[in-house]
Amino acid sequence: MITKDSLSDIVKAAIKRGATDAEAVGIETTEFHVEVRLGEVEKLQEASSRGIGLRVLYQGRQASCSTSDVSPQAIDELIANAVEMAKLTSVDEAAVLPAREELASEIVELGLYDPAVAELAPERKIEMAREAEDAARNFDARITNSEGAACSTTVGKTTLVTSAGFAGEYQGANCALMVAPIAKESDQMQVAGWGDRQRHLAALDSPEEIGREAARRALRKLGARKVATQEVPIVFEADVAEELLSDFFEAVDGNSIFRRASFLVGQLGEVIASPALNIIDDGQMRGAVGSRPFDGEGLATRRTVVVENGVLKSYLLNTYTARKLGLRSTANAARGLTGAPAVGFSNFFIAPGVYSPDAMIASVKNGFYVTEMIGFGFNTVTGDYSRGAAGWWIEDGRLAFPVEEVTIAGNFRDLLRGIEMIGNDLRFRGRIAAPTIKVDRMMVSGE
Amino acid sequence: MIEPIKFFTGKFNLKIPEIESLLGAALSKGGEYADLYFEYTVLNSLSLEEQIVKSANRSVRQGVGVRVISGEKTGYAYCDEIDAAAIRKAAITAAHIANSQSGGGPINVSSSHPAHDLYPVAQLINDEPLPRKIELLNRVDRASRAYDRRIREVQTSLADEYKIVLIATSDGLLIGDVQPLARMRVMCIADDDGNLQSGVSGGGGRIGMDFFSDQLVEHYATEAARQAIVQLEAQDAPAGAMEVVLGPGWPGVLLHEAIGHGLEADFNRKGTSAFSGLIGQKVASELCTVVDEGTMPNRRGSLNIDDEGNPTSQTVLIEKGVLRGYLQDKLSSRLTGAKLTGNGRRESYRHMPMPRMTNTFMLNGESTPDEIIRSVKRGLYAVQFGGGQVDITNGKFVFSASEAYLIEDGQVTAPVKGATLIGNGPVALTKVTAVANDLALDEGVGTCGKDGQSVPVGVGLPTIKISEMTVGGTK
Repeated sequence: MITKDSLSDIVKAAIKRGATDAEAVGIETTEFHVEVRLGEVEKLQEASSRGIGLRVLYQGRQASCSTSDVSPQAIDELIANAVEMAKLTSVDEAAVLPAREELASEIVELGLYDPAVAELAPERKIEMAREAEDAARNFDARITNSEGAACSTTVGKTTLVTSAGFAGEYQGANCALMVAPIAKESDQMQVAGWGDRQRHLAALDSPEEIGREAARRALRKLGARKVATQEVPIVFEADVAEELLSDFFEAVDGNSIFRRASFLVGQLGEVIASPALNIIDDGQMRGAVGSRPFDGEGLATRRTVVVENGVLKSYLLNTYTARKLGLRSTANAARGLTGAPAVGFSNFFIAPGVYSPDAMIASVKNGFYVTEMIGFGFNTVTGDYSRGAAGWWIEDGRLAFPVEEVTIAGNFRDLLRGIEMIGNDLRFRGRIAAPTIKVDRMMVSGE
Repeated sequence: MIEPIKFFTGKFNLKIPEIESLLGAALSKGGEYADLYFEYTVLNSLSLEEQIVKSANRSVRQGVGVRVISGEKTGYAYCDEIDAAAIRKAAITAAHIANSQSGGGPINVSSSHPAHDLYPVAQLINDEPLPRKIELLNRVDRASRAYDRRIREVQTSLADEYKIVLIATSDGLLIGDVQPLARMRVMCIADDDGNLQSGVSGGGGRIGMDFFSDQLVEHYATEAARQAIVQLEAQDAPAGAMEVVLGPGWPGVLLHEAIGHGLEADFNRKGTSAFSGLIGQKVASELCTVVDEGTMPNRRGSLNIDDEGNPTSQTVLIEKGVLRGYLQDKLSSRLTGAKLTGNGRRESYRHMPMPRMTNTFMLNGESTPDEIIRSVKRGLYAVQFGGGQVDITNGKFVFSASEAYLIEDGQVTAPVKGATLIGNGPVALTKVTAVANDLALDEGVGTCGKDGQSVPVGVGLPTIKISEMTVGGTK
């Protein structure tokens, strides 16, 4: 068991060994994962694990160590190594622990732990996966095969203690259900995965809903073909718009900013996007997957407006990147076991607009409804964007035929400014979410 | 040198009869096969940025994974404690994948040694003094900055690990390996009056510190700087289908995405791959012979034994255009009767093994790179890539060029911005119309992700010409 007391002992021991400051984190997890394929259990995995990480500062120098071996001898080694290593790194004025007054003064209850998830019986999890796959397979005769369905639960506890006076812990749980059916017609085979992840069991889409939606998504890819190369309006389906948002995060991550490795360097307070666009990070949403009472450095999480009516209002920052930029942390420190804290989003989303996805498609005379993207063709430094895409061609406001093996390309700056409509269909299936988005034009490369 | 059997039995006071008894516990519910994967890994990382060493990190990862196979089913459990009680608990959890009341008979293991010794390292990088590593990073930083005054920022990192593994199976195998791995990475940002561009380079393998010679690290340094500077002049990339020439080395990521994943046995056994059922069929031009070879000395993707204890090997995937074989792990091999290829790999003791690539490359052809370039009227010459991805089921794959040039009338001309290339796996290689004689492997930086598990891999390619491929530019 990792407790505030046991981590506090580690912090004290590090100070005693000469560290100026120390921060210990403990992560304990119990995970269960089952995969069902064609009705049979194929994989079942169950385990508990834990680890301890220690970051120390020694006269402005920083080092960190972690271990999954929590025996007293291993902990001694951990402390000794961290302090010795910190003596050999460079003085870095921005490497500090947050001051006492910045730290969370209370641990807000955010509804992160649902006993119904933590106590969900393994038999029920197997059944849920089976029901989701059955729903997909029974949806249409062309669903002929399956990559399987998976149900997993994770229950964990995070504990953080710092020499600046912070000691906190919180428990969380989440449950995920997903399925990937395969549709086949003549020679073409198509797979689509669909699922949901929630902290509360009652909030999770039913296995039937997930299975049917997955089947619908696999079936709609059948008969897909290439199109001619052309520049057209693009409608991004909600879960693809979410990928755009995930790329956007890299460009507002404080690490990209102070390194000048983002096309948004120097843009704070500037218009960077269509006035329709609002982007928010909220660490305090009740019961949400990305919520937590304090960040990886012990700061109370908060709601940060990143883009307001198209204006860049804030980057996402931890203590280090905030100091580098002369700003204040937005409490987005993401602390793994090893390494200095990174920057991570909490619940990161594009605020919904007023349009129904149907109305957005109907507004396009000749364009591309993107339902899938693959690849990593985003250059954070320049904003250049080029990714593989699949979806449906839009003709006269209607979905005409499925499309695959094409790319879409443009620059992220233009994409943000070119947002014309934002959908009303925001739904969190994890800790990042976006509604359907329409942009004025991008290059579609095909034949 | 560390001897894995002695290491685990000594450090954790686990005797061989105890290991045999734990395998028995794993099969106590009637499973047909069980294995234990003991792991002790130390990972170090060091990074230099803004000309200072901002952080040094070290982590220790240890534990045991227990797997039980019953027909097509796999039960898996793991523990972080390497002691008999914790492992027994995991073994009994995993055992429940089978549901018979009776277990098998007693299990006996006999120890053996890997047939290969692909990465003998006199001294692990882990044991090198930190100041020596810091000096190496400083050397890189200086060399990058010296390349051009427009190099504004340099980030350099060195990550090294050593992994000690011991695998015990109910087939009677007891075998271990010590697996060193290191990688240096350099990223440069060039700034020419507000025009910001980046370049990335690096390399490594299963090696010791002597691998990183002054000459080699200066090559990484100048290569990252050169790429960033070249990009300052880059024009918009073209859009549409065109002739594409891929340079040698890392562009081999084409093979990894276009065919490699599609030939992993798990997908084919289940009939979910675009390559399912195509053995013996023509899936590439006659110029193409593609192999996966886990036995190349010191390579990042190489292993003496795979993560199921079996020797790695060379597997011919495509021979003169004809699909010859799949990459096997134990489970797929048991179920299909195919011969093991030594491709059962996993990220750590917390993960189940599955079929994965090692070093995947195309053999040399007879053209020269110059001939190939001269033969192209209008096309794209792509020499550096970022990552790629594939949809196994419909075969569509992408890989993103980070350094590319136009070819106009047989000459390499202007640099163009990064662009994603997209194709269809079973068709892409049928359009290979020339293969040069300059095969190169990548420098040792590749990491492959599948089902949430990352493993180090290598790729390689000679210069090749593809008659038509869709290039995702904007012009």
